[in-house]
Amino acid sequence: MAELAEQPFPPGEYPVVVVGTGAGGLQVSYALSRLGVRHALLSADAEPAGMFRRFPFFQRLITWTKPYAPAERDTREFEWFDWNSPIGEEPTHRGLVAEFMDGTSYFPSRAEMQAGIEAFADRAGIRARYGCTWEGTRREGDTFVVQTSDGEYRTQVFVPAVGMTAPWKPDNIPGMDDVPHYVDLEEPKHYQDKTVFVIGKRNSGFEVADGLLPWARQIYLGSPRPARISILTHSTAAARARYMQPYEDHVLGGGGVFVLDVAIERVERTGDGFRIHARGTTTPGEFTFDVDHAIAATGFTTPMRDLPEIGVSTFYQDRLPSQTAFWESAAVRGIFFAGSTSQGSIGLKKYGRPGGGAAVHGFRYSAQVMARHIAEDHLGMELPRRTVPADEAVAYLAREAAHAPELYHQQSYLARVLTFDPGRGIVDEGILPLAHFVDASGPDAVAVAIETDDTGDIHPAAYLRRGGRVEERILPGHPLLDFETAEHRAELRGLLEGYV
Amino acid sequence: MANRGEIVDLLSGMALFADLARPQLEGVAHTLDEESFAEGQRILRQGFTGSNFYVIVDGEAAIRIDGQDRAKLARGDFFGEVSVLLGTPPTADVVALRTLRCLTLAGPDVEAFLLAYPRVMFRMLQAEARRLQATIQWQS
Repeated sequence: MAELAEQPFPPGEYPVVVVGTGAGGLQVSYALSRLGVRHALLSADAEPAGMFRRFPFFQRLITWTKPYAPAERDTREFEWFDWNSPIGEEPTHRGLVAEFMDGTSYFPSRAEMQAGIEAFADRAGIRARYGCTWEGTRREGDTFVVQTSDGEYRTQVFVPAVGMTAPWKPDNIPGMDDVPHYVDLEEPKHYQDKTVFVIGKRNSGFEVADGLLPWARQIYLGSPRPARISILTHSTAAARARYMQPYEDHVLGGGGVFVLDVAIERVERTGDGFRIHARGTTTPGEFTFDVDHAIAATGFTTPMRDLPEIGVSTFYQDRLPSQTAFWESAAVRGIFFAGSTSQGSIGLKKYGRPGGGAAVHGFRYSAQVMARHIAEDHLGMELPRRTVPADEAVAYLAREAAHAPELYHQQSYLARVLTFDPGRGIVDEGILPLAHFVDASGPDAVAVAIETDDTGDIHPAAYLRRGGRVEERILPGHPLLDFETAEHRAELRGLLEGYV
Repeated sequence: MANRGEIVDLLSGMALFADLARPQLEGVAHTLDEESFAEGQRILRQGFTGSNFYVIVDGEAAIRIDGQDRAKLARGDFFGEVSVLLGTPPTADVVALRTLRCLTLAGPDVEAFLLAYPRVMFRMLQAEARRLQATIQWQS
């Protein structure tokens, strides 16, 4: 009981309640604290780091952290090269995953990632009430009552930061219930000299296939949609390069791995193994696979608990909540989604590329922007904004286009925004969702984002709002991503004529 | 709420996908992503590059040109194909009138998709011909 008594955030009333101590929840709590917003941070876990305490199963991430980069590790600019560390304002809170990497890989191990997140929570002094499980939610007028294993919390703003963490399998394939999910994988040795069918061709499917290459006798990867590869599609939503070895085996006819476009029709148990009935989608034909093991690498869903019952709308087979550009429930004001669940906010999604909210490199910034929005829009705080001298605005925007990590990691989603205030001059509004900027009315202003087009060219895009109408201006790309050239500045200066 | 089976059923009921066999519909259902938009959000933006192709699963949207609503779109309707096929920015906004769920295909993937499913391409051509005919009749 003594331990319990020392736990912070006892049940009661708080302006904001955040649930979850993965990278998403910690980042929201950090940002709220820096803004001076009182809140309770609750977690069912015993310690911080969320999913990274257990996954990825094969113990290494798919996103890189570059230990030695063109920017110093304790700077904001370093975040461009580091896809994994939580972001902090003080130098000692920055680039922490890099600090724990042992030099054997460009990709942090699961343990190195966990250590980086734990160090962030520790050094930033992020306190949480651990061992406190969110059990239910109800509304009483404008108040949310968050029911937990420790008691009830009353709040105006509820932020579930529990991520897409619950295993998910499609419910329309007979026999799928018997197929173990990715989270139930055994140690690789268990699959020694066995045939394995992996259902799913996204990152977790390729991760399993890659991990089993030295063990399994033969591997099939099957799902209806052709595999999408990040290098070919220029998209973070596709399978990342790190686990492409099974695909190379398939493409070069290695015979050890087959990557197939098939719709699984049903799965049967056959003694110790499985019989999988499938039909080709891109190439017609019927297939029957008799395998020793089947694994459902079919992804995850958000543990929404009873949120749909209080009105939260969902999509993607109920795996994600519908959200505004600020990651607020589209249906219930006052509920925000942090962590990987924030990928449910679509944004401009230019050329079909998502914003980046599915992983730490993206949602760490969503947390910052969300915290400011909660403070201003829900709690009535007035946050200070600096002004930018008119003769520095062009250089500032060009520098942001060339170096701002928020813009690179959340392409076409986050933008640097300056407003032109007749009284104050040019005001830096900070980083905002681009969809909010282009769809909401407001004063004359400019937003600068980074985008990738259908040819793979990466370039800045400027959006000028003048008299309520927003005009898009695509700026030139550059082979070295140098967007501070005379040409870029001249284009920006021309666009902002009359303002700078 | 729609699972993949229900989405396959929805697609099979649409003229655009009416010629596809069940496994092909499964392939299409998995090829299209599902997205949700809050009331008031724009899905297509007049004059902006990089737009995509959409099929409405649930909800209602308005076609809006220079701030004026011209038509409504509902479950089963598709939009965005003209901009993608021509490689030019949309000439209208499409705005969610209430929470809108869509299936979507990235603009750069549309050509390969139509070549992979020529019967869908033919059905889309028919739909465009009908729209053209309606426009000509309206003008004459």
